[in-house]
Amino acid sequence: MALLELKGVSRHFGGVRAVDGLDLAVEAGQIFGLIGPNGSGKSTTVNLITGLFALTSGSIAFDGRDFGALPTHLRLGRGVARSFQNIRLFGQLTVWQNLWVAQNSPADHAKRGFLSRWLGGQGDVREEISQLLEFSGLAHKQDELAANLAFGEQRRLELARALATRPKLVLLDEPAAGMNNEEIGLLRDRILKMRAQGITVLLVEHVMELVMDVTDRIAVLNFGQKIAEGTPSEIQADAAVRKAYLGGETA
Amino acid sequence: MDFYFGLAQIIGVHTLLGLSAYIVLLTGQVSLAQAGFFAVGAYVAGMLTVLAGWAILPALAVSSLFGGAVACAVGFPALRVKGLMLVIATLAFGEAVRLFFFNFDYQVAKGGVKLGPVGGEGFRQIRYFPEHGWTTMEVMLFIWGFVILAMALLWWFDRSRYGAVLRAVGEDELAAQSVGINLTAVKVSAMTVGGMIAGLGGGIYAHYTTHIEHASFGILLATFALAYPILGGLESVFGTVVAVVFVQGLLVEGLRFLGDWRNLLFGALIVLAMNVRPKGFLDAPALLWIGRIFRGRRGAA
Repeated sequence: MALLELKGVSRHFGGVRAVDGLDLAVEAGQIFGLIGPNGSGKSTTVNLITGLFALTSGSIAFDGRDFGALPTHLRLGRGVARSFQNIRLFGQLTVWQNLWVAQNSPADHAKRGFLSRWLGGQGDVREEISQLLEFSGLAHKQDELAANLAFGEQRRLELARALATRPKLVLLDEPAAGMNNEEIGLLRDRILKMRAQGITVLLVEHVMELVMDVTDRIAVLNFGQKIAEGTPSEIQADAAVRKAYLGGETA
Repeated sequence: MDFYFGLAQIIGVHTLLGLSAYIVLLTGQVSLAQAGFFAVGAYVAGMLTVLAGWAILPALAVSSLFGGAVACAVGFPALRVKGLMLVIATLAFGEAVRLFFFNFDYQVAKGGVKLGPVGGEGFRQIRYFPEHGWTTMEVMLFIWGFVILAMALLWWFDRSRYGAVLRAVGEDELAAQSVGINLTAVKVSAMTVGGMIAGLGGGIYAHYTTHIEHASFGILLATFALAYPILGGLESVFGTVVAVVFVQGLLVEGLRFLGDWRNLLFGALIVLAMNVRPKGFLDAPALLWIGRIFRGRRGAA
Protein backbone atom coordinates (compact mmCIF):
# COMPACT_ATOMS: atom_id res chain seq x y z
CA MET A 1 0.00 0.00 0.00
CA ALA A 2 1.22 3.43 -0.87
CA LEU A 3 2.39 5.76 1.93
CA LEU A 4 0.88 8.79 0.22
CA GLU A 5 -2.06 8.47 -2.12
CA LEU A 6 -3.74 11.28 -4.03
CA LYS A 7 -6.97 10.43 -5.84
CA GLY A 8 -8.58 12.83 -8.30
CA VAL A 9 -7.06 15.80 -6.48
CA SER A 10 -8.07 19.20 -7.85
CA ARG A 11 -7.49 22.77 -6.81
CA HIS A 12 -9.06 25.58 -8.79
CA PHE A 13 -8.35 29.27 -8.24
CA GLY A 14 -11.36 30.90 -9.85
CA GLY A 15 -11.18 29.68 -13.43
CA VAL A 16 -7.56 28.53 -13.18
CA ARG A 17 -7.19 24.80 -12.70
CA ALA A 18 -3.86 24.79 -10.90
CA VAL A 19 -4.16 21.08 -10.19
CA ASP A 20 -6.76 19.07 -12.04
CA GLY A 21 -7.72 15.48 -11.29
CA LEU A 22 -4.29 14.38 -10.11
CA ASP A 23 -3.66 10.76 -9.05
CA LEU A 24 -0.37 10.01 -7.32
CA ALA A 25 0.86 7.06 -5.27
CA VAL A 26 4.16 7.35 -3.41
CA GLU A 27 5.42 4.08 -1.92
CA ALA A 28 7.16 4.04 1.44
CA GLY A 29 10.93 4.26 1.10
CA GLN A 30 10.83 5.78 -2.37
CA ILE A 31 12.37 8.95 -3.62
CA PHE A 32 9.60 10.22 -5.81
CA GLY A 33 10.23 13.03 -8.28
CA LEU A 34 7.58 15.55 -9.27
CA ILE A 35 8.61 17.63 -12.25
CA GLY A 36 7.03 19.86 -14.85
CA PRO A 37 7.42 23.30 -16.46
CA ASN A 38 6.87 26.48 -14.42
CA GLY A 39 3.23 26.90 -13.39
CA SER A 40 2.39 23.24 -13.93
CA GLY A 41 1.02 22.84 -10.39
CA LYS A 42 3.94 21.26 -8.51
CA SER A 43 4.04 23.71 -5.62
CA THR A 44 0.25 23.76 -5.44
CA THR A 45 0.35 19.98 -5.06
CA VAL A 46 2.82 20.31 -2.18
CA ASN A 47 0.58 22.92 -0.55
CA LEU A 48 -2.44 20.63 -0.94
CA ILE A 49 -0.59 17.72 0.65
CA THR A 50 0.51 19.87 3.62
CA GLY A 51 -2.92 21.48 3.96
CA LEU A 52 -1.98 25.10 3.25
CA PHE A 53 -4.59 25.03 0.48
CA ALA A 54 -7.95 23.29 0.77
CA LEU A 55 -8.89 20.69 -1.82
CA THR A 56 -11.45 21.70 -4.43
CA SER A 57 -12.17 18.00 -4.94
CA GLY A 58 -10.51 14.62 -4.55
CA SER A 59 -8.95 12.88 -1.58
CA ILE A 60 -5.54 12.51 0.03
CA ALA A 61 -4.65 9.50 2.15
CA PHE A 62 -1.49 9.12 4.19
CA ASP A 63 -0.42 5.90 5.84
CA GLY A 64 -3.76 4.38 4.86
CA ARG A 65 -5.88 7.08 6.49
CA ASP A 66 -7.66 9.95 4.79
CA PHE A 67 -6.25 13.27 5.88
CA GLY A 68 -7.43 15.74 3.25
CA ALA A 69 -9.42 17.74 5.82
CA LEU A 70 -6.85 17.94 8.63
CA PRO A 71 -5.27 21.28 9.53
CA THR A 72 -1.60 21.67 8.62
CA HIS A 73 -0.09 21.15 12.05
CA LEU A 74 -1.93 17.84 12.52
CA ARG A 75 -0.74 16.54 9.16
CA LEU A 76 2.75 17.10 10.46
CA GLY A 77 1.79 15.09 13.51
CA ARG A 78 1.04 12.18 11.16
CA GLY A 79 4.54 12.48 9.72
CA VAL A 80 4.56 14.90 6.78
CA ALA A 81 7.24 17.61 6.78
CA ARG A 82 8.32 20.04 4.08
CA SER A 83 10.79 22.62 2.91
CA PHE A 84 9.74 25.78 1.10
CA GLN A 85 10.65 26.93 -2.39
CA ASN A 86 11.32 30.45 -1.10
CA ILE A 87 13.11 29.70 2.16
CA ARG A 88 10.97 30.35 5.25
CA LEU A 89 13.12 30.14 8.34
CA PHE A 90 12.56 31.85 11.67
CA GLY A 91 15.17 34.50 10.93
CA GLN A 92 15.41 36.07 14.38
CA LEU A 93 15.81 32.72 16.10
CA THR A 94 19.19 31.01 16.22
CA VAL A 95 19.97 27.99 14.07
CA TRP A 96 19.66 25.85 17.18
CA GLN A 97 16.28 27.33 18.12
CA ASN A 98 14.94 26.78 14.59
CA LEU A 99 15.38 23.06 15.13
CA TRP A 100 14.16 23.23 18.72
CA VAL A 101 10.75 24.72 17.89
CA ALA A 102 10.19 22.01 15.26
CA GLN A 103 10.15 19.21 17.83
CA ASN A 104 6.41 18.66 17.80
CA SER A 105 6.15 15.06 16.68
CA PRO A 106 4.10 12.42 18.51
CA ALA A 107 7.42 10.73 19.34
CA ASP A 108 8.54 13.90 21.12
CA HIS A 109 5.21 14.04 22.94
CA ALA A 110 5.64 10.46 24.10
CA LYS A 111 9.20 11.07 25.24
CA ARG A 112 8.64 14.14 27.37
CA GLY A 113 5.74 15.34 29.50
CA PHE A 114 3.85 18.52 28.70
CA LEU A 115 5.75 20.75 31.08
CA SER A 116 9.23 19.59 30.22
CA ARG A 117 8.40 19.77 26.52
CA TRP A 118 7.25 23.38 26.70
CA LEU A 119 8.98 24.89 29.71
CA GLY A 120 12.08 22.73 29.85
CA GLY A 121 15.44 24.25 29.00
CA GLN A 122 17.77 23.50 26.14
CA GLY A 123 19.72 20.82 27.99
CA ASP A 124 17.19 18.01 27.54
CA VAL A 125 17.33 17.93 23.77
CA ARG A 126 20.95 18.86 23.11
CA GLU A 127 21.91 15.44 21.78
CA GLU A 128 19.09 15.14 19.22
CA ILE A 129 19.69 18.60 17.86
CA SER A 130 23.45 18.08 17.70
CA GLN A 131 22.86 15.11 15.42
CA LEU A 132 20.72 17.17 13.07
CA LEU A 133 23.29 19.97 13.04
CA GLU A 134 25.98 17.43 12.24
CA PHE A 135 23.86 15.94 9.45
CA SER A 136 23.41 19.32 7.78
CA GLY A 137 26.92 20.60 8.45
CA LEU A 138 25.74 23.51 10.58
CA ALA A 139 27.23 22.56 13.94
CA HIS A 140 29.66 25.50 13.90
CA LYS A 141 26.79 27.94 13.23
CA GLN A 142 24.38 26.79 15.91
CA ASP A 143 24.25 30.11 17.78
CA GLU A 144 24.04 32.26 14.67
CA LEU A 145 20.71 33.93 13.83
CA ALA A 146 19.11 32.07 10.93
CA ALA A 147 18.73 35.35 9.04
CA ASN A 148 22.53 35.80 9.03
CA LEU A 149 23.27 32.49 7.31
CA ALA A 150 24.44 32.26 3.71
CA PHE A 151 21.89 31.09 1.18
CA GLY A 152 23.12 27.51 0.93
CA GLU A 153 23.26 27.22 4.71
CA GLN A 154 19.69 28.46 4.97
CA ARG A 155 18.55 25.72 2.60
CA ARG A 156 20.40 23.16 4.69
CA LEU A 157 18.82 24.48 7.86
CA GLU A 158 15.36 24.24 6.31
CA LEU A 159 15.98 20.60 5.49
CA ALA A 160 17.27 19.96 9.02
CA ARG A 161 14.21 21.69 10.46
CA ALA A 162 11.94 19.39 8.44
CA LEU A 163 13.87 16.39 9.78
CA ALA A 164 13.58 17.70 13.35
CA THR A 165 9.87 16.91 13.14
CA ARG A 166 10.74 13.18 12.73
CA PRO A 167 8.82 12.79 9.49
CA LYS A 168 7.88 9.68 7.53
CA LEU A 169 7.59 11.74 4.36
CA VAL A 170 9.51 14.89 3.47
CA LEU A 171 8.29 17.16 0.69
CA LEU A 172 11.20 19.08 -0.79
CA ASP A 173 10.06 22.04 -2.89
CA GLU A 174 12.94 22.91 -5.22
CA PRO A 175 15.72 22.31 -2.67
CA ALA A 176 18.46 22.81 -5.27
CA ALA A 177 17.25 26.20 -6.57
CA GLY A 178 20.13 28.66 -6.60
CA MET A 179 22.75 26.08 -5.61
CA ASN A 180 26.08 25.46 -7.33
CA ASN A 181 27.19 22.00 -8.47
CA GLU A 182 29.14 21.23 -5.33
CA GLU A 183 26.17 22.11 -3.10
CA ILE A 184 23.86 20.04 -5.29
CA GLY A 185 26.21 17.08 -4.85
CA LEU A 186 26.00 17.45 -1.07
CA LEU A 187 22.22 17.78 -1.27
CA ARG A 188 22.09 14.57 -3.31
CA ASP A 189 24.08 12.74 -0.62
CA ARG A 190 21.71 14.03 2.05
CA ILE A 191 18.61 12.95 0.17
CA LEU A 192 20.07 9.46 -0.28
CA LYS A 193 20.99 9.34 3.42
CA MET A 194 17.42 10.27 4.32
CA ARG A 195 16.13 7.35 2.31
CA ALA A 196 18.66 5.09 4.00
CA GLN A 197 17.14 6.20 7.31
CA GLY A 198 13.73 5.08 6.08
CA ILE A 199 12.33 8.49 5.16
CA THR A 200 10.24 8.75 2.02
CA VAL A 201 10.99 11.79 -0.14
CA LEU A 202 8.81 13.68 -2.58
CA LEU A 203 11.20 15.82 -4.60
CA VAL A 204 9.90 18.78 -6.60
CA GLU A 205 12.81 20.02 -8.65
CA HIS A 206 13.92 21.71 -11.85
CA VAL A 207 17.52 20.51 -11.74
CA MET A 208 17.14 17.44 -13.96
CA GLU A 209 20.57 15.95 -13.24
CA LEU A 210 19.58 15.67 -9.59
CA VAL A 211 16.08 14.33 -10.26
CA MET A 212 17.24 11.71 -12.77
CA ASP A 213 20.08 10.72 -10.47
CA VAL A 214 18.29 10.12 -7.16
CA THR A 215 14.65 9.32 -7.85
CA ASP A 216 13.08 5.89 -8.08
CA ARG A 217 10.01 7.11 -9.86
CA ILE A 218 8.92 10.37 -11.47
CA ALA A 219 5.59 11.97 -12.27
CA VAL A 220 5.43 14.83 -14.78
CA LEU A 221 2.83 17.60 -14.50
CA ASN A 222 1.72 20.02 -17.16
CA PHE A 223 -1.15 22.48 -16.75
CA GLY A 224 -2.17 20.78 -13.51
CA GLN A 225 -2.49 17.31 -15.02
CA LYS A 226 -0.21 14.31 -14.93
CA ILE A 227 1.12 13.66 -18.42
CA ALA A 228 3.54 10.86 -17.63
CA GLU A 229 4.80 8.66 -14.84
CA GLY A 230 7.58 6.09 -14.71
CA THR A 231 11.19 5.41 -13.91
CA PRO A 232 13.74 8.13 -14.76
CA SER A 233 14.77 6.36 -17.96
CA GLU A 234 11.16 5.93 -19.08
CA ILE A 235 10.50 9.60 -18.47
CA GLN A 236 13.57 10.66 -20.45
CA ALA A 237 12.29 8.68 -23.40
CA ASP A 238 8.70 9.94 -23.17
CA ALA A 239 7.51 11.96 -26.15
CA ALA A 240 4.79 13.87 -24.25
CA VAL A 241 7.35 15.01 -21.67
CA ARG A 242 9.74 16.28 -24.32
CA LYS A 243 6.90 18.19 -25.92
CA ALA A 244 5.87 19.80 -22.62
CA TYR A 245 9.41 20.93 -21.87
CA LEU A 246 10.64 21.84 -25.34
CA GLY A 247 7.34 22.84 -26.96
CA GLY A 248 6.08 21.92 -30.42
CA GLU A 249 6.71 18.57 -32.12
CA THR A 250 9.76 16.58 -31.20
CA ALA A 251 11.94 15.06 -33.80
CA MET B 1 9.83 60.03 50.19
CA ASP B 2 6.19 59.02 49.82
CA PHE B 3 6.14 60.76 46.44
CA TYR B 4 8.80 58.41 45.13
CA PHE B 5 7.10 55.37 46.63
CA GLY B 6 3.89 56.47 44.95
CA LEU B 7 5.72 56.86 41.65
CA ALA B 8 7.25 53.40 42.09
CA GLN B 9 3.72 52.04 42.60
CA ILE B 10 2.55 53.57 39.33
CA ILE B 11 5.62 52.26 37.52
CA GLY B 12 5.06 48.79 38.99
CA VAL B 13 1.43 48.57 37.92
CA HIS B 14 2.15 49.93 34.46
CA THR B 15 4.97 47.40 34.11
CA LEU B 16 2.44 44.63 34.70
CA LEU B 17 0.20 46.18 32.05
CA GLY B 18 3.14 46.40 29.63
CA LEU B 19 4.21 42.81 30.32
CA SER B 20 0.71 41.61 29.54
CA ALA B 21 1.04 43.14 26.08
CA TYR B 22 4.66 41.95 25.73
CA ILE B 23 3.85 38.24 25.63
CA VAL B 24 1.02 38.79 23.13
CA LEU B 25 3.31 40.91 20.94
CA LEU B 26 5.86 38.10 20.83
CA THR B 27 3.38 36.08 18.77
CA GLY B 28 3.05 39.00 16.36
CA GLN B 29 -0.43 39.99 17.52
CA VAL B 30 -1.20 43.63 18.22
CA SER B 31 -3.87 43.64 20.91
CA LEU B 32 -5.68 46.72 22.21
CA ALA B 33 -7.65 44.54 24.60
CA GLN B 34 -5.13 44.59 27.45
CA ALA B 35 -6.76 47.64 29.07
CA GLY B 36 -10.03 45.69 29.01
CA PHE B 37 -8.51 42.76 30.93
CA PHE B 38 -6.94 45.30 33.30
CA ALA B 39 -10.39 46.85 33.91
CA VAL B 40 -11.98 43.47 34.55
CA GLY B 41 -9.27 42.68 37.09
CA ALA B 42 -9.71 46.05 38.79
CA TYR B 43 -13.46 45.71 39.27
CA VAL B 44 -13.32 42.05 40.29
CA ALA B 45 -10.62 42.57 42.91
CA GLY B 46 -12.29 45.74 44.23
CA MET B 47 -15.65 44.06 44.61
CA LEU B 48 -14.10 41.06 46.35
CA THR B 49 -12.31 43.07 49.04
CA VAL B 50 -14.94 45.78 49.51
CA LEU B 51 -18.22 43.91 49.06
CA ALA B 52 -17.28 40.33 49.90
CA GLY B 53 -14.73 41.27 52.53
CA TRP B 54 -11.96 39.08 51.10
CA ALA B 55 -8.29 39.53 51.93
CA ILE B 56 -6.15 41.13 49.27
CA LEU B 57 -4.19 38.05 48.16
CA PRO B 58 -7.10 35.76 47.28
CA ALA B 59 -8.87 38.73 45.68
CA LEU B 60 -5.88 39.34 43.43
CA ALA B 61 -5.62 35.64 42.60
CA VAL B 62 -9.25 35.63 41.48
CA SER B 63 -8.92 38.88 39.54
CA SER B 64 -5.93 37.40 37.73
CA LEU B 65 -7.83 34.21 36.89
CA PHE B 66 -10.77 36.31 35.75
CA GLY B 67 -8.56 38.37 33.46
CA GLY B 68 -7.07 35.17 32.05
CA ALA B 69 -10.48 33.56 31.50
CA VAL B 70 -11.84 36.63 29.70
CA ALA B 71 -8.67 36.83 27.57
CA CYS B 72 -8.97 33.15 26.68
CA ALA B 73 -12.62 33.58 25.70
CA VAL B 74 -11.84 36.68 23.64
CA GLY B 75 -8.73 35.07 22.15
CA PHE B 76 -10.48 32.24 20.34
CA PRO B 77 -12.65 34.39 18.06
CA ALA B 78 -10.39 37.45 17.95
CA LEU B 79 -7.23 35.60 16.95
CA ARG B 80 -8.90 34.22 13.86
CA VAL B 81 -8.26 37.63 12.34
CA LYS B 82 -4.86 39.21 11.82
CA GLY B 83 -3.12 42.55 11.57
CA LEU B 84 -5.36 45.60 11.39
CA MET B 85 -8.49 43.47 11.71
CA LEU B 86 -7.24 42.19 15.06
CA VAL B 87 -6.46 45.74 16.19
CA ILE B 88 -10.05 46.75 15.43
CA ALA B 89 -11.53 43.61 17.01
CA THR B 90 -9.56 44.07 20.24
CA LEU B 91 -10.25 47.81 20.29
CA ALA B 92 -13.96 47.04 20.06
CA PHE B 93 -13.63 44.57 22.91
CA GLY B 94 -11.84 47.13 25.09
CA GLU B 95 -14.56 49.70 24.44
CA ALA B 96 -17.26 47.12 25.17
CA VAL B 97 -15.68 46.43 28.55
CA ARG B 98 -15.42 50.14 29.31
CA LEU B 99 -19.08 50.71 28.38
CA PHE B 100 -20.11 47.71 30.44
CA PHE B 101 -18.59 49.29 33.55
CA PHE B 102 -20.06 52.67 32.57
CA ASN B 103 -23.47 51.05 33.01
CA PHE B 104 -22.60 48.70 35.84
CA ASP B 105 -24.44 49.35 39.13
CA TYR B 106 -24.02 46.95 41.99
CA GLN B 107 -24.25 48.39 45.47
CA VAL B 108 -24.48 46.76 48.84
CA ALA B 109 -25.19 48.55 52.14
CA LYS B 110 -22.31 48.05 54.56
CA GLY B 111 -22.48 49.65 57.98
CA GLY B 112 -25.04 52.18 56.81
CA VAL B 113 -23.03 53.19 53.71
CA LYS B 114 -23.77 51.96 50.22
CA LEU B 115 -20.63 50.60 48.59
CA GLY B 116 -19.86 49.26 45.13
CA PRO B 117 -19.60 50.35 41.51
CA VAL B 118 -22.06 53.09 40.48
CA GLY B 119 -21.99 53.30 36.70
CA GLY B 120 -20.38 56.45 35.40
CA GLU B 121 -19.42 57.68 38.84
CA GLY B 122 -17.18 54.69 39.25
CA PHE B 123 -16.29 52.58 42.23
CA ARG B 124 -15.12 54.53 45.28
CA GLN B 125 -13.81 53.54 48.68
CA ILE B 126 -11.62 50.58 47.74
CA ARG B 127 -9.80 51.14 51.00
CA TYR B 128 -8.21 47.80 51.82
CA PHE B 129 -4.69 49.21 52.19
CA PRO B 130 -5.48 52.22 54.41
CA GLU B 131 -7.98 50.21 56.49
CA HIS B 132 -5.32 47.63 57.22
CA GLY B 133 -2.73 50.26 57.98
CA TRP B 134 -0.33 49.61 55.09
CA THR B 135 2.22 52.36 54.54
CA THR B 136 2.99 53.64 51.07
CA MET B 137 6.30 51.83 51.19
CA GLU B 138 4.68 48.54 52.12
CA VAL B 139 2.20 48.86 49.27
CA MET B 140 5.05 49.68 46.91
CA LEU B 141 7.02 46.60 48.01
CA PHE B 142 3.88 44.48 47.71
CA ILE B 143 3.37 45.68 44.12
CA TRP B 144 6.98 45.11 43.14
CA GLY B 145 6.85 41.59 44.55
CA PHE B 146 4.23 40.82 41.91
CA VAL B 147 6.12 42.68 39.21
CA ILE B 148 9.21 40.59 39.89
CA LEU B 149 7.09 37.44 39.92
CA ALA B 150 5.55 38.27 36.54
CA MET B 151 8.94 39.20 35.10
CA ALA B 152 10.49 35.98 36.36
CA LEU B 153 7.68 34.00 34.75
CA LEU B 154 8.07 35.69 31.37
CA TRP B 155 11.85 35.56 31.59
CA TRP B 156 11.60 31.81 32.12
CA PHE B 157 9.19 31.48 29.21
CA ASP B 158 11.67 33.37 27.05
CA ARG B 159 14.38 30.83 27.77
CA SER B 160 12.13 27.80 27.32
CA ARG B 161 10.95 26.17 24.13
CA TYR B 162 7.59 27.87 24.65
CA GLY B 163 9.24 31.26 24.29
CA ALA B 164 11.04 30.21 21.12
CA VAL B 165 7.74 28.90 19.72
CA LEU B 166 6.00 32.22 20.55
CA ARG B 167 8.66 34.09 18.57
CA ALA B 168 8.53 31.55 15.75
CA VAL B 169 4.79 32.16 15.40
CA GLY B 170 5.43 35.90 15.46
CA GLU B 171 7.92 35.58 12.63
CA ASP B 172 6.22 33.28 10.17
CA GLU B 173 2.87 31.65 10.86
CA LEU B 174 2.98 29.56 7.74
CA ALA B 175 6.35 28.04 8.52
CA ALA B 176 5.30 27.56 12.15
CA GLN B 177 2.25 25.55 11.09
CA SER B 178 4.41 23.51 8.78
CA VAL B 179 6.65 22.34 11.61
CA GLY B 180 3.60 21.22 13.56
CA ILE B 181 2.90 24.22 15.76
CA ASN B 182 -0.78 24.67 16.60
CA LEU B 183 -1.22 28.40 15.93
CA THR B 184 -4.52 28.75 17.77
CA ALA B 185 -3.22 27.05 20.91
CA VAL B 186 -0.05 29.14 20.98
CA LYS B 187 -1.77 32.47 20.35
CA VAL B 188 -4.63 31.85 22.77
CA SER B 189 -2.22 30.67 25.48
CA ALA B 190 -0.16 33.85 25.09
CA MET B 191 -3.35 35.91 25.23
CA THR B 192 -4.45 34.04 28.37
CA VAL B 193 -1.15 34.57 30.17
CA GLY B 194 -1.31 38.23 29.10
CA GLY B 195 -4.86 38.46 30.43
CA MET B 196 -3.81 36.98 33.77
CA ILE B 197 -1.01 39.50 34.17
CA ALA B 198 -3.30 42.37 33.16
CA GLY B 199 -6.02 41.14 35.55
CA LEU B 200 -3.49 41.05 38.37
CA GLY B 201 -2.23 44.54 37.47
CA GLY B 202 -5.80 45.87 37.40
CA GLY B 203 -6.56 44.34 40.77
CA ILE B 204 -3.56 46.05 42.30
CA TYR B 205 -4.36 49.33 40.55
CA ALA B 206 -7.87 49.39 42.03
CA HIS B 207 -6.42 49.16 45.53
CA TYR B 208 -3.71 51.75 45.35
CA THR B 209 -5.91 54.39 43.70
CA THR B 210 -8.93 53.43 45.89
CA HIS B 211 -11.22 54.83 43.19
CA ILE B 212 -11.73 53.37 39.71
CA GLU B 213 -14.00 54.50 36.93
CA HIS B 214 -14.66 53.47 33.37
CA ALA B 215 -12.84 56.46 31.87
CA SER B 216 -9.48 55.23 33.20
CA PHE B 217 -9.61 52.11 31.05
CA GLY B 218 -10.04 53.62 27.60
CA ILE B 219 -8.02 53.61 24.43
CA LEU B 220 -5.26 55.70 26.01
CA LEU B 221 -4.44 53.01 28.54
CA ALA B 222 -4.59 50.35 25.82
CA THR B 223 -2.12 52.38 23.78
CA PHE B 224 0.23 52.73 26.75
CA ALA B 225 0.09 48.96 27.26
CA LEU B 226 1.34 48.44 23.72
CA ALA B 227 3.78 51.34 23.78
CA TYR B 228 5.82 50.02 26.72
CA PRO B 229 7.03 46.73 25.20
CA ILE B 230 7.48 48.28 21.77
CA LEU B 231 9.43 51.23 23.14
CA GLY B 232 11.45 48.95 25.41
CA GLY B 233 12.15 46.33 22.79
CA LEU B 234 10.87 42.78 22.42
CA GLU B 235 14.24 41.15 23.04
CA SER B 236 13.82 40.98 26.79
CA VAL B 237 11.26 41.59 29.53
CA PHE B 238 13.59 44.19 31.04
CA GLY B 239 12.98 46.46 28.06
CA THR B 240 9.38 46.93 29.17
CA VAL B 241 10.47 48.07 32.65
CA VAL B 242 12.96 50.52 31.17
CA ALA B 243 10.24 51.93 28.92
CA VAL B 244 7.77 52.34 31.79
CA VAL B 245 10.40 54.17 33.85
CA PHE B 246 11.13 56.38 30.84
CA VAL B 247 7.46 57.19 30.20
CA GLN B 248 6.01 57.35 33.72
CA GLY B 249 9.09 58.53 35.57
CA LEU B 250 10.79 60.81 33.09
CA LEU B 251 8.07 62.01 30.74
CA VAL B 252 4.96 62.12 32.95
CA GLU B 253 6.55 63.13 36.27
CA GLY B 254 9.90 64.59 35.22
CA LEU B 255 8.36 67.05 32.77
CA ARG B 256 5.56 68.22 35.06
CA PHE B 257 7.27 71.61 35.56
CA LEU B 258 6.62 72.38 31.88
CA GLY B 259 2.85 72.63 32.45
CA ASP B 260 0.81 72.39 29.27
CA TRP B 261 3.93 72.07 27.15
CA ARG B 262 4.52 68.67 28.64
CA ASN B 263 2.01 66.87 26.44
CA LEU B 264 3.60 68.29 23.32
CA LEU B 265 7.10 67.32 24.38
CA PHE B 266 5.83 63.94 25.57
CA GLY B 267 4.80 62.88 22.07
CA ALA B 268 7.91 64.37 20.49
CA LEU B 269 10.22 62.52 22.88
CA ILE B 270 8.54 59.19 22.18
CA VAL B 271 8.93 59.76 18.44
CA LEU B 272 12.56 60.75 19.01
CA ALA B 273 13.18 57.67 21.15
CA MET B 274 11.73 55.40 18.48
CA ASN B 275 13.91 57.03 15.85
CA VAL B 276 17.10 56.74 17.86
CA ARG B 277 16.34 53.19 18.96
CA PRO B 278 13.98 51.69 16.36
CA LYS B 279 14.17 48.21 17.87
CA GLY B 280 13.52 49.47 21.39
CA PHE B 281 15.74 50.66 24.24
CA LEU B 282 17.04 47.18 24.98
CA ASP B 283 17.66 45.77 21.51
CA ALA B 284 19.98 42.85 20.82
CA PRO B 285 23.26 44.88 20.69
CA ALA B 286 22.33 46.74 23.89
CA LEU B 287 21.67 43.48 25.72
CA LEU B 288 24.97 42.06 24.47
CA TRP B 289 26.77 45.16 25.73
CA ILE B 290 25.09 44.95 29.16
CA GLY B 291 25.87 41.25 29.34
CA ARG B 292 29.54 41.98 28.64
CA ILE B 293 29.70 44.60 31.40
CA PHE B 294 28.27 42.16 33.93
CA ARG B 295 30.56 39.36 32.88
CA GLY B 296 33.55 41.71 32.89
CA ARG B 297 32.80 42.82 36.43
CA ARG B 298 32.43 39.28 37.64
CA GLY B 299 35.74 38.42 35.98
CA ALA B 300 37.50 41.33 37.72
CA ALA B 301 36.12 40.36 41.14
